[in-house]
Amino acid sequence: MELFQQLVNGISLGSIYALIALGYTMVYGIVKLINFAHGDVFMVGAFIGFYSITVLDLSFFPALLISMAACAVFGVIIERIAYKPLRNATRIAALITAIGVSLMIENGMIFIRGAQLEAYPTNLLPSENIDIFGVSIKSQSLLILGVSLVLMMILQIIVHKTKIGKAMRAVSYDAEAAKLMGINVNNTISATFAIGSALAGAAGVIFGTYYIKIEPLMGVLPGLKAFVAAVLGGIGIIPGAMVGGLLLGLIEALVSAAGFSLWRDAAAFVVLILILIFLPQGLFGKNKREKV
Amino acid sequence: MKKNKLAGILLSVSLAAGALAGCSDSEKSGSDGDTIKIGANLELTGGGASYGQSVVEGMELAIGELNKEGIDGKKFKLVKYDNKSEAAEATGGATKLTSQDKVSVMVGAATSTNTLAQVQIANDKKIPLITPTGTNSDITSKDGKVNDFVFRTCFIDPFQGTVAANFAKDTLKAKTAAIYIDSSSDYSKGLAAAFKEAFTEGGGTIVKEESFVQKDTDFQATLTNIKSAKPDFVFVPAFYEEVGLILKQARESGIDVPFMGGDGWDSPKLIEIAGADALENTFITNHYSAEDPDEKIQGFVSAFKAKYKDKSPDAFAALGYDTAYFIADAIKRAGGDATPEKIKDALESTDGLALVSGKMKLDENHNPIKSASILKYVNGEQKFETKVNP
Repeated sequence: MELFQQLVNGISLGSIYALIALGYTMVYGIVKLINFAHGDVFMVGAFIGFYSITVLDLSFFPALLISMAACAVFGVIIERIAYKPLRNATRIAALITAIGVSLMIENGMIFIRGAQLEAYPTNLLPSENIDIFGVSIKSQSLLILGVSLVLMMILQIIVHKTKIGKAMRAVSYDAEAAKLMGINVNNTISATFAIGSALAGAAGVIFGTYYIKIEPLMGVLPGLKAFVAAVLGGIGIIPGAMVGGLLLGLIEALVSAAGFSLWRDAAAFVVLILILIFLPQGLFGKNKREKV
Repeated sequence: MKKNKLAGILLSVSLAAGALAGCSDSEKSGSDGDTIKIGANLELTGGGASYGQSVVEGMELAIGELNKEGIDGKKFKLVKYDNKSEAAEATGGATKLTSQDKVSVMVGAATSTNTLAQVQIANDKKIPLITPTGTNSDITSKDGKVNDFVFRTCFIDPFQGTVAANFAKDTLKAKTAAIYIDSSSDYSKGLAAAFKEAFTEGGGTIVKEESFVQKDTDFQATLTNIKSAKPDFVFVPAFYEEVGLILKQARESGIDVPFMGGDGWDSPKLIEIAGADALENTFITNHYSAEDPDEKIQGFVSAFKAKYKDKSPDAFAALGYDTAYFIADAIKRAGGDATPEKIKDALESTDGLALVSGKMKLDENHNPIKSASILKYVNGEQKFETKVNP
C-alpha cells in the first residue's frame, strides 16, 4: 500500500515537471534553442498570478488566463530582444544568451520586489483527499495531471492540425526553405515563444496554488528538472515531455521512499547523464543521422 | 591605443584617490565624537528576512529609548548592512563593519549559519560580536575553546532540543518520535541532536530520522515514510519556509500527531504557508511570548505596538531589543569611551540583567542562562503554554 502511495506522490510531482517541460520541449522542437529562461518565465507567471489574485481579487481561472497572456507577451519580448539578433549566430552563442537572460530575470525580480517569499492564498481551489484502498490522492494533484494532459493535447493539435503549426514545423525543418515558400519566419518563431511562455505562466500559477510558496529563485530547480524531463522523453517531442516529466517524478519519489531523500535531486541529474550517454535521442526520439 | 592608455591611467588614479579618501574618512574609531557606533549585519532580505527585519525593529526601538538619556553624553548610532541571508555576504558585511565603519560592537546575524561566517573576523579584529538569535552552540565555543569576542542574547540549541524532548515525554506522553531535519542548516542539526539525546535518555525511541534540504517544495514521499513508522510525535527543527509546506503536506497525507519545532518556526509567513488548520496541535519552544503576563514583557509589547502600527513583536524583535540593552549595560559599566576590548570584558561579566526575555547571566562559554517558553498554535495564533526554567 505504501508503494502505491509513493507512486501517487511521484505522479503528482511529475505532472508539475511535465507541465513545465511541455513549453521547454516545444521551443526546442521549433527553434532548436534550449531556452534556459523558461524556468524564470515560470516564476514570473507565478508572481503575476499571485498579484492578480491578491491585488486584483480574482479567482483561480481568470488569474491563470491573465498570467498566461502576460507571459506570452513577456516571452515574445525576450525573443525579440535577446534571441532574434542571434538568429544566425552559433548555437552556443544563443545558449549562453539564454543563461544570461535567465540570470537577468531572476535578479531583476529580486531587484524589483526583494528576495522574500510570498504565500498563495490556500483556499483557491477545493482541496479534498480521495481515499482509494488506503491510498490518499489529493484532488489538486488530479487537477494538475488533468491540466497537463489537456494542454499537451491542445499543443499537439496546434502543432499538427493548424496553419500556424504547419508553419512551425516547416520552420523547424528548414527555415530558409520555409522563407522561400512565403512563410513569415519571424512571426512563426514569435508565436512559438508566445505559446511556450504561456504554458510556463500556467505552470507557475498551478505550482503556486499547489505548493503555496513562491519566490524569485523558485524557477531554477524545477526549470532544470523540466529540462531533464524533456531530454528523458526526447527533446522536441511533445508527448515525450509528458512521459519524461511523469517518469522523473516517479524516480524521485521512489528514491525518497527508499530512504535516500537527500539524493533525490542528484538522482534526477544522474538520469540526465545516463540518458545522454546511452539514449541521447530520448525515449520517444527517432535516431536521426546528421546530414552531410 | 594611446588614448585608451591615458584613460586607463586617469581611471586608476581616480580609483586610488577614491580609495584613499575612503580610508581617511573611516579613520574615526567607533567611540570617537558623540556617538557609539553599533554595527548590525542582518538578514534584511532573502530567506531569513523576516527574522532580520524583526531584530532591527526591536533594536531601533531600544536605541531610541536609550538615546533619550545617552551614556556619558554619547548616543548610539546603528550602522546597518543587509547580508541577504547568505553566509558570504555576512562575512563581507563583518569585514566592512570592522575595517571601514570601525564600529565598537557588531550585532548579527539572526541565523546561526550567517553568524558562524563572521566569528573569525570578530576574533581577529577584536570587536565584540553579539548574535541576538543564533542558537547554534558552536558560535560561542567550539571543541571546548571559547570564542573570546563572540556573545549571544538567546539560549542555545541543546537547550531548545532538550526542552522539546521533555515536553514531548512528560506533557504529551509521547513514547516514539520521528525527527525531520533540514540537513543544510547547522541550527537544525544542533536541535535534533539535543532532542535525540534527551528523548532517548528519558526512555523514548526515535522511530524514524529523515532529512531534506532548503528550497525543497515536495515532501510527500518522505512524509509517507514517516507516516508508516507511526510515531507519537514529530520533531521538525527547521525554518518557516519549509516547515510551512511540511506541515501542510503532512496533514494532507493524514499525519495528525503533534509536531514541534524551535524558534525557526516563529514567523507570520508560517501561518500563511501552512494555513491555520495544519498548525493545530503543533508547538514551538521560544525565547519569550508576547502573551506572557510578566510586567516587563507587557511594557515592551505596548511600546513596540505604539512605534510599529500595532504590530505584535515576535521573539526576534524581543531579542533584538534585549541585545541593545545587553550592549548598553556593558558599555555603562565599562564607560562611554571604552575600547572594544573593555566592552568585551564588561559583556563577559553580565549577571542578573533583567531583560524582556528573562533574567540573564552568562556562563563560562558566553551562553546566557535563562528561561524558555513553550507556545501552542491555536487557530493560527501562538498561545502561551508554559515557561521552563533552566
